[in-house]
Amino acid sequence: KEQKDFVRKVSAGCRISFFLSFAAVKYRDWLSCGRGKLTARERILLLLDPDSFDEYDMFVEHRCSDFGMDSNKNKYPGDSVVTGRGRINGRLAYVFSQDFTVFGGSLSGAHAQKICKVMDQAAMVGAPVIGLNDSGGARIQEGVESLAGYADIFLRNVLCSGVVPQISLIMGPCAGGAVYSPALTDFTFMVKDTSYLFITGPDVVKSVTNEDVTQEQLGGAKTHTAVSGVAHRAFENDIDALLNLREFFNYLPLSNRDPAPVCECHDPSDRLVPELDTVVPVESTKAYDMLDIIHSIADEREFFEIMPSYARNIVVGFARMNGRTVGIVGNQPKVASGCLDINSSVKGARFVRFCDAFNIPLITFVDVPGFLPGTAQEYGGIIRHGAKLLFAFAEATVPKITIITRKAYGGAYDVMSSKHLRGDANYAWPTAEVAVMGAKGAVQIIFRGKEANAEAEYVDKFANPFPAAMRGFVDDIIQPSTTRVRICHDLDVLASKTQSSPWKKHANIPL
Amino acid sequence: MAFQDFVRGNTSPTQQARLYRVGVLVFCPPCPRQRGTTPPYDWNTFEKLLIANRGEIACRVIKTCKKMGIRTVAIHSDVDANAVHVKMADEAVCVGPAPTSKSYLNMDAIMEVIKKTRAQAVHPGYGFLSENKEFARRLASEGVTFIGPDTHAIQAMGDKIESKLLAKNAKVNTIPGFDGVVKDADEAVRIAREIGYPVMIKASAGGGGKGMRIAWDDEETREGFRFSSQEAASSFGDDRLLIEKFIDNPRHIEIQVLADKHGNALWLNERECSIQRRNQKVVEEAPSTFLDPETRRAMGEQAVALAKAVKYSSAGTVEFLVDSSKNFYFLEMNTRLQVEHPVTECITGLDLVQEMIRVAKGYPLRHKQTDIPINGWAVECRVYAEDPYKSFGLPSIGKLSQYQEPLHVPSVRVDSGIQQGSDISIYYDPMISKLITYGSNRAEALKRMEEALDNYVIRGVAHNISLLREVIVHPRFVQGDISTKFLPEVYPDGFKGHKLTDLERRELLATAASLYVAEQLRSQRFLGTARIPVAKSKRSSWELSVRLGDGIYPVAVSKDGSSFSVEVDGMKLNVTSEWNLASPLLSVTVDGTQRTIQRLSRNASGDTNIQFLGTVYKLQILTKVAAELSKYMPEKAAEDTSSILRSPMPGAVVAVSVNPGDTVSEGQEICVIEAMKMQNSMIAAKTGKVKAVHCKAGDTVGEGDLLVELE
Repeated sequence: KEQKDFVRKVSAGCRISFFLSFAAVKYRDWLSCGRGKLTARERILLLLDPDSFDEYDMFVEHRCSDFGMDSNKNKYPGDSVVTGRGRINGRLAYVFSQDFTVFGGSLSGAHAQKICKVMDQAAMVGAPVIGLNDSGGARIQEGVESLAGYADIFLRNVLCSGVVPQISLIMGPCAGGAVYSPALTDFTFMVKDTSYLFITGPDVVKSVTNEDVTQEQLGGAKTHTAVSGVAHRAFENDIDALLNLREFFNYLPLSNRDPAPVCECHDPSDRLVPELDTVVPVESTKAYDMLDIIHSIADEREFFEIMPSYARNIVVGFARMNGRTVGIVGNQPKVASGCLDINSSVKGARFVRFCDAFNIPLITFVDVPGFLPGTAQEYGGIIRHGAKLLFAFAEATVPKITIITRKAYGGAYDVMSSKHLRGDANYAWPTAEVAVMGAKGAVQIIFRGKEANAEAEYVDKFANPFPAAMRGFVDDIIQPSTTRVRICHDLDVLASKTQSSPWKKHANIPL
Repeated sequence: MAFQDFVRGNTSPTQQARLYRVGVLVFCPPCPRQRGTTPPYDWNTFEKLLIANRGEIACRVIKTCKKMGIRTVAIHSDVDANAVHVKMADEAVCVGPAPTSKSYLNMDAIMEVIKKTRAQAVHPGYGFLSENKEFARRLASEGVTFIGPDTHAIQAMGDKIESKLLAKNAKVNTIPGFDGVVKDADEAVRIAREIGYPVMIKASAGGGGKGMRIAWDDEETREGFRFSSQEAASSFGDDRLLIEKFIDNPRHIEIQVLADKHGNALWLNERECSIQRRNQKVVEEAPSTFLDPETRRAMGEQAVALAKAVKYSSAGTVEFLVDSSKNFYFLEMNTRLQVEHPVTECITGLDLVQEMIRVAKGYPLRHKQTDIPINGWAVECRVYAEDPYKSFGLPSIGKLSQYQEPLHVPSVRVDSGIQQGSDISIYYDPMISKLITYGSNRAEALKRMEEALDNYVIRGVAHNISLLREVIVHPRFVQGDISTKFLPEVYPDGFKGHKLTDLERRELLATAASLYVAEQLRSQRFLGTARIPVAKSKRSSWELSVRLGDGIYPVAVSKDGSSFSVEVDGMKLNVTSEWNLASPLLSVTVDGTQRTIQRLSRNASGDTNIQFLGTVYKLQILTKVAAELSKYMPEKAAEDTSSILRSPMPGAVVAVSVNPGDTVSEGQEICVIEAMKMQNSMIAAKTGKVKAVHCKAGDTVGEGDLLVELE
């Protein structure tokens, strides 16, 4: 009899969910009218494999009784968020999707509780959490309960950090305290034109600093992907974003307990890449595109770039080598000669730490003339920020493979995953120049411009990979076209790498 | 120090020794001449030969030299330091910066290289210095053999007017009309009127179709005069122009001749080069479908008569225009190896470069006229880095990110001077390669060409494979009903790519949908054991929605063992393939029809570009659910293109004829862009006021760069 009751309850729930989706259809027109957004459930439908979504807490309602909130018409089963678990290409993921159609997606105590529940489960099971953010902010009617809810989520974001990958996809407004949850997650993606992230909106900005600024300028996808570096990538629309998220998910391990995933791969691991023999220009001052190298080496030329429009002098992103996910870091000679500055150091450091936390091997392509000089950089704290990248590479214990394609000058040589920072396989192309600085500057210091042939001598002595190779600082000078083969072989061997650092509560990265 | 320097030996000996030791240098050691082995020829030849050219023709000449045991010297500009011809040659010397006038046309530098390397002979290829009498003269004065005719013949044939006179005297049919030197636009108009419209205007010194313009009235004559004289001055340093009667609807058929220094001359049959765009050849073949043996012999004999009349030696080409009644008129004689020489080599079995070198060394011809056969049929397509959708081909530049020649197709020859990773730059001709197929008959050669074009992988630059493939399967071309007007007649509104039949469209949709499903299935296959098991999908059918052009087609795919059963438009198709998703070429069989397709790109958003029957189709493949929801997605506003003018190709701005605030009328010239020696007049798309000008004369612009904005 109990069972029968249960069944009745569930079918009632289902009816409610049908009703909800009907309600959603009614909201549909309102939503799409000039907004171009999907509903919370439609988003989950597109993100997860068909019929794989198991919903949690569909019967949860908010507990607020003030301001007439306890009237029946103000109660929605499930409140303003849909949570649950499902599969993406067969692999487990925990998902929450905020529902803008219920009180503007505002965060109530119940809403936060639902999110916390899936996060706790995810951490326990060891599977990623994906948040689809579309919320007007705190549920003002609930007061401090709502704020407490935010803090509960933040705590879990921090506790999950480095345990399971956390991804935020901003699909609508996300303002005030709410922004800190995406900021704490590993990746923040945005939808162009329909999503905003800011601490305070344009009206408050106007009243405080008297600046006239639109929502889009203040916290739109363009601002955060190109200027602030808050978001890691932006997509055209909801559908585009969700489809890309599915593809991105395949690169990630489920947790820090899992190795980097290996997909079926049709691209031969022993494929030679002849164009790499000529990709570095003869003149060492001429630029080339590091993405050309990355694309030609990666499986099927696929590279999921992270932060493609921010600090473009460093390229970071995910690719596969013989099916296995790798994190790729490369200096980009095409932008600012590929030098390291504050933004690129921070961008690189965060990416390296993600890969290290989740067992993703790192492949580093080095063509770096050094750190960017100037007062702007020094005043901005390039010393502190540059140290982050150094710290990240040094503490990483995942397999680290480094290829010096051309310049590796000065301190930047040390920073870029050098042998000295526990690099596992460090290679140089014949075009590599490993030196303290460029020949011209070096000669000016050594000879004060008195020696006529000094520059040629310096070039012959240092502007090549031999000094480093003879000391064992690079393991081999390799023919560029064989780079893919070498990397694939190394990764196979290094898959069983174990390396540990001294016991500590946690390290103290120079933040 | 650069890798290339290591390879070429600009390193210190210790460094080189190290590199050999570590195995970096084994792949491209300097190629020593094989001493002690007898060359497979029973005659003396040159020790060392310099090729004063670049690209495919330099590689072509080096190949024959290698066969003959001749050491080769390549010259190159600094941007060509990594070029294929540089790597193929035994020695290579840089002769200057990228612009041709400072490198490949820099006679002083080239003479210096000849002295330094002690080359005994120079092969000029085509273009550049191949028909430069001054160069030939300077070589002669240094005692270096020029592989080509002597200066007298170059001069006589290089001058359109003199060559006509000579031809007339040698009893060669010449074009009715008038030839003379033109001093100014007024005289040009007067001459044009005397001849009667239409007339053709071109630089006297220019070869081929470059700089050729056709005028149908006085105004066009003036414009043609202006352009041609500018081009004549910039390209040839010679202001003279030629105006003559323009023969409507002609065929362009040329006779290959080969002559020695002993007064012998042969004709090696004809080449049909009627398929042209902007007077530049695109598809050539030998023999011609149009000529009967009598006409062929008559043309050959006249060509030989002309060669003998100028005491010609080496290989040369006599170009004729042939009208519909098989009357043929002498056009010009090219005193060099032609681009399209491979088709002649295919049907005659001769190596023209080898014969040129023999003749230059002073040997008499080895063959008699009766020895020259027509064996089978050969077709050549010129594969260019250009966008065929813009006036049949505007140059494109870029890096060849992927490049694979269809050499696995039988009876295919590819003459190219580039490889994967090469740059197509604005400085030189945008030709990627010459693709030649051969067969026992024309149908076979064309069939192979179709296959070869489908199997040609070119990524990173736009290319004209789609146009070439459409031409060779066009019923008019297949029947041999062609003229130099073929392209504008067949595609009066410009080339738009292949037009899919219903059946072909279904095949494309089925293939694309199957590819999508194969990809989806693969992305669920993870190797190794997972801590949390991957859920096995039992799904065996997919409902998709494919957008192709303006249409959206529902497609249902179901997996059926290793093949897919696809339902499109209520028809069921069976699609099989190996589904190797990493290969640039995919062989797919749809209902028994085998096709080679190329998937150029895909992304997570479902956008897929597929090259099918030569043309690239943009498709978007979504699940039915996603497609239904996509109607709620906001439309992104498209750019209004009528009020802005963008550069259609990379190049240099020659002139800007408007200023901000000017009022322009529709069709008025706004600026002139020059790329790859070709000038293009940019016109206003509507009447209006100029809002802003973003370029000035002398600027270098990229494709799609904003030039001028209208209000």
